[in-house]
Order: sequence, then C-alpha cells, then structure tokens
Amino acid sequence: MTETVAARVSAQPFFATLTDTQRAALAEDGITEEFAAGERVFGEGGIADRFWLIEGGSIALDLRVPGRGDRVIETLGPGTMLGWSWLHPPYRWHFGAVARVATTAIAFDAASVRRRCDADPAFGYALLRLFTPLITERLQATRLRLLDLYAAPSQVGQASTEPADA
Amino acid sequence: MTSQGAVTPALAEPAAAVPRFYRVASRREDTGDTVTLELTEPAIGVPAFAPGQFAMLTALGIGEVPISVSGLGDNRGGQARRLQHTLRAVGAVTRALHAAPPGSLIGVRGPFGTGWDVESAAGRDVVIVAGGIGLAPLRPVVLTALADRSRYGRIVLLVGARTPGDLLYTDELERWRRDGVEVAVTVDRADSGWGGEVGLVTALIKPAGLAPGNSVAFVCGPDIMMRFTADALAGEGIPVHRIRVSLERNMRCGAAWCGHCQLGPLLVCRDGPVVGYDRAAALMSVREL
Repeated sequence: MTETVAARVSAQPFFATLTDTQRAALAEDGITEEFAAGERVFGEGGIADRFWLIEGGSIALDLRVPGRGDRVIETLGPGTMLGWSWLHPPYRWHFGAVARVATTAIAFDAASVRRRCDADPAFGYALLRLFTPLITERLQATRLRLLDLYAAPSQVGQASTEPADA
Repeated sequence: MTSQGAVTPALAEPAAAVPRFYRVASRREDTGDTVTLELTEPAIGVPAFAPGQFAMLTALGIGEVPISVSGLGDNRGGQARRLQHTLRAVGAVTRALHAAPPGSLIGVRGPFGTGWDVESAAGRDVVIVAGGIGLAPLRPVVLTALADRSRYGRIVLLVGARTPGDLLYTDELERWRRDGVEVAVTVDRADSGWGGEVGLVTALIKPAGLAPGNSVAFVCGPDIMMRFTADALAGEGIPVHRIRVSLERNMRCGAAWCGHCQLGPLLVCRDGPVVGYDRAAALMSVREL
C-alpha cells in the first residue's frame, strides 16, 4: 500500500515542488482513506491528527450554527488539500468536514509529519511552502466573499449609482 | 458638440442619439430582483447588436440606463427586430424597467460599444466565467458557440452566484449541459437545499482542466471578481490578450461624447465594454475620481 501511496503522492501536482526524497518520506505517513457520501470526516473542535489530499469526490467544510444546522462554508474537490489545523497548536479543527459524495483521499498522519519537519528543517520548510500559498489563496477567496460582490447595492447598504430621479 | 468642430460618428447615427421604441413582448422573472425582457415590434428598429454590446434603455419619464444584450435576438435585415435584456432592479430606472409589463413601451438606443468577438475563438476552447448578473452579457457567447458548435472546441462555463436563489437561467444551464457545455456552478452562500459547490468562482478554474494554449476566455461580473478571475486564468497560462473582460462604468451618452465613462485612455461606451485584459489590467486598479 505504501508503494501505491508513494506513486499517487508523486502523481499529485500539489506535491510537485517536493524532491523525490521528500515525497517518498511524506508517502510513508500516508494511507488511503475512503468516505461514503454523507460521512463525517472530522467535527469542529476535534483533534486535528490528520490531513488529506482529496483524490476523488468532494468534501464540504461546515460550521454548526445554533438553530440553523450545519452551514457549508466551502467545498473542496479533487487535487486539493483538506486540513491545516494540524500545523499549529492546539491541533484542533476549527470547522467540520463531511463527504458530499463518495470520496477517496490520501490521509497523512499529522504527528508523524510534524516529527519529520522537526527532524529535517529542509523538509519542514518545503512542506510549509506547499501549504502557505494554499492558505493565502483561501484567505483571499474568503476576503472577496466577505465583500459580497454580487449583492445589489441595497443589500449591502449602499446607494445605487443609478439616478434617483430623471 | 459643434464647438469642437466634429460630430462623433456614433452620434451621427440617429439610432445612437434618439431612442427607438420597442414593445415588451414577454417578461420572465429570473430571480427575485432580475427579469429578462423580450422587446419587439419597433416602428423603426435600431441596428443589430453583436454579443457583448449594450443598449441605453429608457423607462419613459424616469431615465435611461445601459444594459447589455442577453440574447441573440432577431437581426434580419441588419435590424434588431427582437432584443433580449436581462436586468436587475437596483435603482429608479431599472426598477421601472423591471416592472414593465408585456405590451408596454421601452426606448432603445444603440448598439453601443465593443462586442465579445466570439468568432475570434473559432478553433479554440471557449472559456466563459460569469459572476452574478455577469452571466447575462455572456449568455449570447454561449448561444453563439452552441449555434455553430463544430467551429469551437470545448465550451466551459464557470458560474458564481451569491446564493442558489440568485442563479440566472437555471433551466438553460441544464439544457446547455445536455448540449455538451461543461457547466460548473458555485455559490458564495449555500442554503440547506444546495448540493453544489460553495466558494469563489475562481475555485472552479483549476478543476476545469483548461488547455490554456488553445483557449479564449470571456469574463463578466463585478470588477474585482473579473480582476481575480483574469489573474487566475492568466496564472493557468491563458495569454492576457485572449482574456476579455466587460467593463462597466458610468455610461450616459453611449456615443463617446459626454465623457462620463472615461477610464484612463478609454471611453468605455466606445472602446469597451469588452476589452482585452492586456489593456484592462492596469486600468481596473485605477481609483475612480
């Protein structure tokens, strides 16, 4: 299985900037994980002991809002990484994640990967350089969504630029 | 005008300066605040529109607003005999147009501005990215490509909307899917009944697996959405001159005369609204005066 995971890690564009050795090391901490449609991957506040590279399917990040159920914040598809709360203490998930359809992923053992990062700073730096653009990209997307770009002016408390009267 | 010694060619055209009156043949409510009006039966019509061009629509006694065409229309004899406009009620004029019942009269001036030039994508993949009501001016791009399907490669349509209820043309999106258009939709805010994607429209670009060397991109939506989308498309490798955006500024005369829509060296009503991102990129971050 480790060989299979190694091949799959090597085939993923997300890991393209890692060296062969670094990819092989990362693959040693990876296993295949499958989720049925509707199956919860992790819950808000749970221990962030893994992260996943989604190979097929789709995952919804959600947040439980009292009285309004689980609200989907973002969906993630194949080729994208799920989870970064494992990178920093307190190593707990800030959101939940649920499989929207049958989903296949490579799951990585977070504690083991952190140990490798501590033992090999070059590996740790390379991994951080993988995750930083991902985090930046999602932060930018979130900021843009905060602007509520598609809202009508009245929906965001602005006056229309149209003349009020002719 | 005469003091400057010349009449601009656009104003010399009567249809550019004087509204022609069309009758509302049908009114379809697309969302809670957006309708598509079909305009027909002009006594004297305006010239035919190309996809991407816009008209100045008059709500009688209230005012005039620029609205892009959202359909291919009926252009027999070079005249626009039938026009489609999708508009959202956001101000006095669009509220009046939004409420216009079948049978009522609406003034039309135009056509104005540059078009999408869909023809130039012949032999290539057509990549269309729409945000919000930006899908309306892009609908003719989809229809043009589908009408002559063999001339184009893949047709990829990526749509972002505020909520599922704000999605335009939902019935047509399904039909286009069946016709081979690769449609992907995402919303900023999902409701409990939404089973689709949630996130920014740019998140749809990478999964689309574009062939950047052989694609022409057409992008329409709020300025910031277009900027981030065009940057993401360029990041995928699509040359910036093959990424087109539709700029929206304060168009008034439509004929490059009044200057209200000036954006740097461009008068958007004449030099736009459709502009290559190679020209538009620097202008889109200019702070408005």
